[in-house]
Amino acid sequence: MGFLTKFFGGGNEGSGQKAKDRLKIVLIHDRTDISPQLLDNLRDEMVDVLAKYMDIDTRKIEIDLEHDDNAVALVANIPILRIKRGKVANLDGA
Amino acid sequence: MSARVIVTTSGKGGVGKTTSTANIAAALAKFGKKVVAVDADVGLRNLDVIMGLENRVVYNFIDVIEKTCKLSAALVKDKRVPGLYLLPAAQTRTKDAVNPEQMIALCEELKPEFDFVLLDCPAGIEGGFKNAAAGADEALVVTTPEIPAVRDADRIIGMLESMGKSPIRLIINRLRPNMVQDGDMLAKDDILDVLSIDLIGVVPEDESVIRATNNGEPMTMTLDSPAAHAYLNIAERILGRDVPLMDLESYATRGFLSKIKRFFTGKRKR
Repeated sequence: MGFLTKFFGGGNEGSGQKAKDRLKIVLIHDRTDISPQLLDNLRDEMVDVLAKYMDIDTRKIEIDLEHDDNAVALVANIPILRIKRGKVANLDGA
Repeated sequence: MSARVIVTTSGKGGVGKTTSTANIAAALAKFGKKVVAVDADVGLRNLDVIMGLENRVVYNFIDVIEKTCKLSAALVKDKRVPGLYLLPAAQTRTKDAVNPEQMIALCEELKPEFDFVLLDCPAGIEGGFKNAAAGADEALVVTTPEIPAVRDADRIIGMLESMGKSPIRLIINRLRPNMVQDGDMLAKDDILDVLSIDLIGVVPEDESVIRATNNGEPMTMTLDSPAAHAYLNIAERILGRDVPLMDLESYATRGFLSKIKRFFTGKRKR
C-alpha cells in the first residue's frame, strides 16, 4: 500500500499544522514586544516585593526577555545582599 | 431608539471587512432593523460599490462633519431592503480630514435614528482605524485562516481591548472546509485557540461572493449560498439569538477520488 500512499501524495503532515505552529510562535514574539517603560515598571514593582524579604543590590539587577524558538522567558538576575530573617519571622508571627 | 455602534475591522487588508459589513447590514435590515452602514475608509471608499449604491452617492460623511450638508442629505437609502442606509466616505479626501472626536459626534448624531450603526474600518492601525474605532462600542474582527491575517487580527484585538470595546467578536472568513479536512488549512479551533476571543461566525470560501460584488448586491439580500447563510447567521447572533454554527463539512462536497485519497493518506477530518 506504500506506493499508493506515495501516489496520492500522502506521508506529509498537512501544512495546516505547520501554519498553527508558526502562528503560535509569531504571536508569542509579537505579544512580548514589551516597551522599555513597561519593563522598568515591572522591575520597580519586583524590587518592592523582594525588598520585603531580602536586601538586594538594586544597581546590579538585570531583567530581560529571552526568546528561543518556541518560547519566551522573563529572566531576572537579582543579586541578594542579605536575607531579612527577622522580617520573615515577623510576617510568620503576624 | 439608540443604535448599537459596531466597527468591522481586521488590521490586514483584503480579508473581507467591506463584504462583511455590507452583508451583515443587509441581513440586519432584512430582520426588520433600521441599519446604516458607514464607510469609514476615507479616500479609498468601496462600501458603496459592494452595496451597489455607487450611482446614488451625492454627499458623504465628511460633508456632514464639515456642515456642507445635513445628515439626512448624505444618507443613501437602499430601495431593495427597507430600513437599510449607506453613509458614504469621501473619495477625494484623506484620512486626515476627520479626527476621532468628529467620528464620535457623527455616531452620536446617527444613534437616535437607527437600531444599528455599522462602521466599515480601513485596513491598518493608524489614523483611519482609530477614527473608525473611536465611535464604536462593539467590534467585529475579520480574519482569514492564514498566518498574516491572524497575526494582524491579534494586534487589532489588543488595540480594541485597550480602547475598551466590548464585545469584540471574531469572523473567520474564506475558510475552505476541504482544505481543513485535509489538514492543509488552519482550522476554526486553531485560530480561536491563539486569539482567545469569542467567535461570531465562520464564512466559507464561496464563489457567489465574487458574483455578488460584480452585481453590486449583498448576498444576504437574495442569494441562497453558503456565505449568505453564514452572514445571516452572524446577523442573528448579533441580535442575541442562539444560532448553531453551520455544518461546513457538508459544504466540503468531494469527489470519489478524493475520498480514496483520504483513505490512503490517512488524512482525517478534524
